[in-house]
Amino acid sequence: MWSALLTSNTQWVLMSTMVLGIAAGTIGCLAYWKKQSLMSDSLAHASLPGVVIAYLLFARKDLYLLIAGAAVSALLGAVFIQTIRKNSRITEDTAMGMILSVFYGLGIMLLTIVNRSAGGNQAGLDSFIYGQAAAMVRSDVWTMIILACVSIMIVVMMFKEWKIYLFDPDFAKGIGLSLKGMNVLYTLVLVTTIVIGIQAVGVILIAALIIIPPVSARYWTHSFGKMLLLSALFGGLAGAIGTAVSTLGSGWPTGPFIVLFASIQFVFSLVFGIQKGILVNYYQFKKRQKLAQLHAQGVGK
Amino acid sequence: MTHSALKVVNLAASYRKNKVLYDVNFDIEAGSLTGVVGPNGAGKSTLIKTVLDLHPALTGEIEFFGLPFKKAKKKIGYVPQRGSVDWDFPTNALDVVTMGLYGNIGWLKRPTREDKEKAYESLDKMGMASYANRQISELSGGQQQRVFLARALVQDAELYFMDEPLAGVDAATEKAIMKILQELKNLGKTVLVVHHDLQTVEDYFDHVLLLNKTVIHYGKTETTFNPTNISETYGGNMLWITSGKENGHVVSSFNK
Repeated sequence: MWSALLTSNTQWVLMSTMVLGIAAGTIGCLAYWKKQSLMSDSLAHASLPGVVIAYLLFARKDLYLLIAGAAVSALLGAVFIQTIRKNSRITEDTAMGMILSVFYGLGIMLLTIVNRSAGGNQAGLDSFIYGQAAAMVRSDVWTMIILACVSIMIVVMMFKEWKIYLFDPDFAKGIGLSLKGMNVLYTLVLVTTIVIGIQAVGVILIAALIIIPPVSARYWTHSFGKMLLLSALFGGLAGAIGTAVSTLGSGWPTGPFIVLFASIQFVFSLVFGIQKGILVNYYQFKKRQKLAQLHAQGVGK
Repeated sequence: MTHSALKVVNLAASYRKNKVLYDVNFDIEAGSLTGVVGPNGAGKSTLIKTVLDLHPALTGEIEFFGLPFKKAKKKIGYVPQRGSVDWDFPTNALDVVTMGLYGNIGWLKRPTREDKEKAYESLDKMGMASYANRQISELSGGQQQRVFLARALVQDAELYFMDEPLAGVDAATEKAIMKILQELKNLGKTVLVVHHDLQTVEDYFDHVLLLNKTVIHYGKTETTFNPTNISETYGGNMLWITSGKENGHVVSSFNK
């Protein structure tokens, strides 16, 4: 049964989901410290109608077109969320919830229409919901890897700028950093990571790949740079292992397996993490308790 | 002709329906140490934020040393309120201070060893050298404030804005901060401080700006900071008690 892993197409797919995981883990750190983890979920769901509309307009399943459609739709969702937040009393999380459900609902409705129309069933658009990495062809893989690498480069090259933008935006603006520019760039890399991931992981679960790795990484380090590295590592591992396992059964969706492995990493980090893990906290408390008791006894004598 | 450090003409700002500032006019002398004083909700923080283009102005013109904000950016240092950032962010004290140099380092470049040394010196000046590698989440409130101040010092600005640097810090930190502010003033820098404690205004500042949605009074502390002006700023229910010269002034408020 492992022979499936050895075919060249599988290796390519594996490679692409690993790079996707690295990108998601990296960009996820930005979203985590921007306190916008939910944003990635909303934008991922918001990309679905774009996929279907692109398919309806061009009547063919070309990944470039579908990704472009997804990107336009997700960006539109981002703009709506910003507009709602700025011009009404509705808070950001409510706005995100609204956009998520409205866009996703529209996407599912359109998808149903497409599937009932002639030839629609063969389109395989359903795979965009839960992800089907095995369905990717060589050119899809290249597109994914290139876009993911560009996103990662943007974060790595502007490391110092991202740090100050996330930690203290007011101060950043004071020393000449354009907050508007950074906001645009942030939304762009986030949307890019989401849309290249929806074919492999699906619109529902791609957000998990962006949200979980940074949270796991947080348990291991107190440095922003190391957190980025670890998060990328966790994301890459989850992407590769999840994909490998999903190829073992025919028709197994990739997304759920990737998320499953990301979650296992999280639970492991939660318990064993050396900075904030449960075990370390417990051990340190016990140690302090013992010292305090010894001290009390010493005073008692 | 010498320009004043900060010139504000006819400034107004609002939050949604509430007019927070209107008709604000003042001229800060270069080399002065000014306390911005006023009741809660008087718009003290908003004034600083609007001047620094962090909050949109409805009307008004602002000049720094005769220049618009964009051209004067490098001459301006800002110390935000301590609560405005998430101190759980994974970084250490030295790193936060180094952020003050980012503008000079240039975008996309990494801080060099020299930059780190500069930041370290600045931390040392605030008595925080031994905390350089400490996680910022593990610093006390006063220590966090000192880190923020060290970050502003390292910017080597000409004009400093500080939003309540003395709020909720202990006596030692307050003393350390005031010492630095005096030093800045002696170096010819201009400092504007939002301040809460009326009892220390006379000791700390040479100029005072009494603010309540607009400038009520502005001038030298000894002439401006008097009972009439203060009660005018704070509304009628401030009682000014002079309880003997040895105790200095005690201010209290009461409800009718």
